[in-house]
Amino acid sequence: MAKVIEGLYYCESHEYVKVEGEFGYIGITDYAQEQLGNVVYVDMPEVDDEFSAEDVFGAVESVKAASDLCMPVSGVVVEINEALEDEPELVNQDAFGNWIIKVKLTNPAELDSLMGAEAYQSICK
Amino acid sequence: MESKVTCLHDRHVALGAQMVPFGGFDMPLQYSNIIEEHNAVRNACGIFDVSHMGEVLVTGADAEKFVQYIFTNDVSNAPVGKIFYGMMLHPTGGCVDDLLVYKMGENRFFLVINAANIDKDYAWIVEQAKSFNVVTENQSDIYGQVAIQGPAAQDVIEEVLGIPCKDVVFYEFEERNIDGENVIVSRTGYTGEDGFEIYGSHKYIISIWDKLIASKKVLPCGLGCRDTLRFEVGLPLYGDELTDEITPLEAGLGMFVKLEKEDFIGKEALTKQKADGLKRKIIGIELSGRAIPRHGYEVVKDDQVVGTVTTGYNSISTGKSVCMALVNIEAAQMGEPISVRIHRKLHEGVVVAKRFYKKSYKK
Repeated sequence: MAKVIEGLYYCESHEYVKVEGEFGYIGITDYAQEQLGNVVYVDMPEVDDEFSAEDVFGAVESVKAASDLCMPVSGVVVEINEALEDEPELVNQDAFGNWIIKVKLTNPAELDSLMGAEAYQSICK
Repeated sequence: MESKVTCLHDRHVALGAQMVPFGGFDMPLQYSNIIEEHNAVRNACGIFDVSHMGEVLVTGADAEKFVQYIFTNDVSNAPVGKIFYGMMLHPTGGCVDDLLVYKMGENRFFLVINAANIDKDYAWIVEQAKSFNVVTENQSDIYGQVAIQGPAAQDVIEEVLGIPCKDVVFYEFEERNIDGENVIVSRTGYTGEDGFEIYGSHKYIISIWDKLIASKKVLPCGLGCRDTLRFEVGLPLYGDELTDEITPLEAGLGMFVKLEKEDFIGKEALTKQKADGLKRKIIGIELSGRAIPRHGYEVVKDDQVVGTVTTGYNSISTGKSVCMALVNIEAAQMGEPISVRIHRKLHEGVVVAKRFYKKSYKK
């Protein structure tokens, strides 16, 4: 059973946002990593790249396939999780602990349209 | 179109395999995960359901003459029990399919073809057979087939199944009568490891599958690792490295094309292609980073698109991101820099031999 954490925001394409002040940490959910299987590469954007909600900002790849990463909210990249460059499997070990990018939220009001833990849990099956 | 199923389909479902459509069949992609299954074959032993493969029996007074005419390799003067790899070609030199030919007797040949091509190949074979005194029979629905692959394969088959196989040498087979069943034991595979392929009735194949799985000495392996294994040792997959448009010479498989033998379909085109020199060929590329080059991605040199990736992975055995790619001959120089466009960015690499891991066949 995939883990879902209270207090995060979720979107239907299985990314999450953890909000801290004006920043958001974006990654893929535990359910998403389970579905993907062994993550062998994470394609990440560069710091200062700016994205709108629903833009593709990278990809997470299993042995067989690449899956696009979509922005749950709009933001400017302020940090990427460099640990994933050498150890992409960290996403499998702890998807919520290993966020992919940190962004400065440019339209925090968008968070209201995302799901909470309970609503997200109900679409994971 | 509804997918066909193999005789082992309910076994895959019971083992919890992730099923995917492949070549018209509903097949297991993976049971546990691709990396674990891949490593089991490299280090111990794995079993694959390859019952989706097609089988065509060719017999009759002209059988050898006919096989020589439709097949690129030379089966003449071969002893019974010998297996040949090669292709059937269009007159253009492009591939109808790649296949194994088993010499079962004088004028008795067993052709093993790709699942996705069974209907196309059989229709083509029947068409070519019109001017020969041969009987062709599509036996694809009769046979089940498993591939038992890995360094422990021989011991596992001898111990668990009680089938002696150590005297069957690489690319040879024996027809055996086992428990009243006609069974083919063949030292072949598609993984770059030692191993065997066993053909028999559905009932027989189910019985040996069950015994092998129950023994816990083999790991069930899906098509996911079948592709990563064959790719690492540079074996082609029809649809990727060989197509109607790609000739065996372009694919670097000239050793399986005997241009010096009597006439065969495609000989003229390939003789000319060889004399003129290749304009493009399949190369290996090793990237410096971990980004994964996949089928269809653009290959770039000096800002020009010079070809496309045919198959690529982050190699499970070596950890390197590598691919095979069909490129213009000018870009095919070994050791030269070349790039692949992955997710909009160019990733640098170098042209290498298209064998990323050493085969360990027992010859």
